[in-house]
Amino acid sequence: MSELSVRNLLGIKHLQNEDIHLIFKIADNFKEVINRPIRKVPSLRDMTVANLFFENSTRTKLSFELAEKRLSADILNFSASSSSVKKGETLIDTVNNILAMKVDMLVIRHPNVGAASFLSKHINIPIINAGDGAHEHPTQALLDAYSIREKFGEVEGKKVVIVGDILHSRVALSNIFCLKKLNAEVKVCGPTTLMPKYIESLGVTYEPNLMKALEWCDVANMLRIQLERQDINYFPSNKEYSTLYGLNKERLDTLSKHITVMHPGPINRGVEITSDVADSKQSIILEQVENGVAIRMAVLYLLANSIKK
Amino acid sequence: MSKPKSILDHQQLQITIHRLCRQLIENHDCFKQTVLIGLQPRGVDLCQKIKQTFETSFNINSLEVGSLDITFYRDDFRRRENPLTVNSTDLNVSLEDKNVILIDDVLFTGRSVRAALDALYDYGRPNSVELLVLIDRRLSRHLPIQPNYVGHTIDVVADERVYVEWGDNERVILKSS
Repeated sequence: MSELSVRNLLGIKHLQNEDIHLIFKIADNFKEVINRPIRKVPSLRDMTVANLFFENSTRTKLSFELAEKRLSADILNFSASSSSVKKGETLIDTVNNILAMKVDMLVIRHPNVGAASFLSKHINIPIINAGDGAHEHPTQALLDAYSIREKFGEVEGKKVVIVGDILHSRVALSNIFCLKKLNAEVKVCGPTTLMPKYIESLGVTYEPNLMKALEWCDVANMLRIQLERQDINYFPSNKEYSTLYGLNKERLDTLSKHITVMHPGPINRGVEITSDVADSKQSIILEQVENGVAIRMAVLYLLANSIKK
Repeated sequence: MSKPKSILDHQQLQITIHRLCRQLIENHDCFKQTVLIGLQPRGVDLCQKIKQTFETSFNINSLEVGSLDITFYRDDFRRRENPLTVNSTDLNVSLEDKNVILIDDVLFTGRSVRAALDALYDYGRPNSVELLVLIDRRLSRHLPIQPNYVGHTIDVVADERVYVEWGDNERVILKSS
């Protein structure tokens, strides 16, 4: 297989197992590219990619931008806070105006669930979902699984626990889809109030006790509390959350084995993870960021392939 | 499809590779600054064969070799019906000031070599670059590219394809599609 089965990357849910393996294989090549003296290839030199960010982002935006530059694409950056969206322009109008400038691909982050999917029904260029509300963040899940594959050789059979605000996290949902498609075992852990009601229907199990979950797993993916998406208080205080669900050195050291620690960023140091753990040798947080560029290059390259000249 | 026509049989192929090795020795002396780079996918097999021949027949064991994938540099990305397959690049040597010998099995339009030159320069600035091919289809060039070392030159029509086969029955054949 050397082509994706989809024309857009709207979510991991729509990908086949072979698609994920193909993305990983191409990302291996791009990882080699970004570690060369000249970290650039000319594949997308005749294409323009628009990055539409209707929601704040640091890592994802920079990572996409760098991936596009490494592929020699021209880039158009848009952020809602400094645009005509503030003047009342609709999403479709904004996007159609951008497309009129001859854009070939679209990367979109939006606070509303289904924004990328909605756009894909109205425009006919490839769209990459860079996060839609609390729904999906497919490239994050791909880079997380890729980082696990890099660390352990394969994802199949690995035990991964996702800890934190599962209810509001698009990273959690995409990670669950991706890890299950790659035949990993997945547990979720966190306060009951931050667990979606039917989470186990996705093939994962819920473990309310952090230490039990850590003792079971090979990898712990620590998520941030998504305060910006929380309409009510789901737990009494950050201190209490951190006491029950925060990962610290003491907890790591009492485990009978060495586990790998991941975090999609941004980190709230001292809440879900302490500094000594985030900066420890067991953490692969910075490897995740490096792999993010390679994964996004692979996705852009493979989707560009579907636009025939 | 008509019966494949033989271009080089096993023995002729051995003789040709030996001759190419001798020509390389003539021009590269002790190979101290030389790197042999096979183009993915099929140039890599020829490159390994040449390295092997140097070791077994000429007692030259210190050759630096690598392989180069040119997929991301090709000029037919998004123009092909069948998507391109990506292979790996394995270049653990710096190309800075090296004499590079690019190796491919068949030279056809010259487009792969053009892409390879672009790819090569992303690894440093070599002192010189030469091209070695086993088969030169000399009437099929789209670009002004000529090899420095040629195993065998053939004149064939566009819909004929040259196959270089390795393994137990090493040979070069021509098939019409």
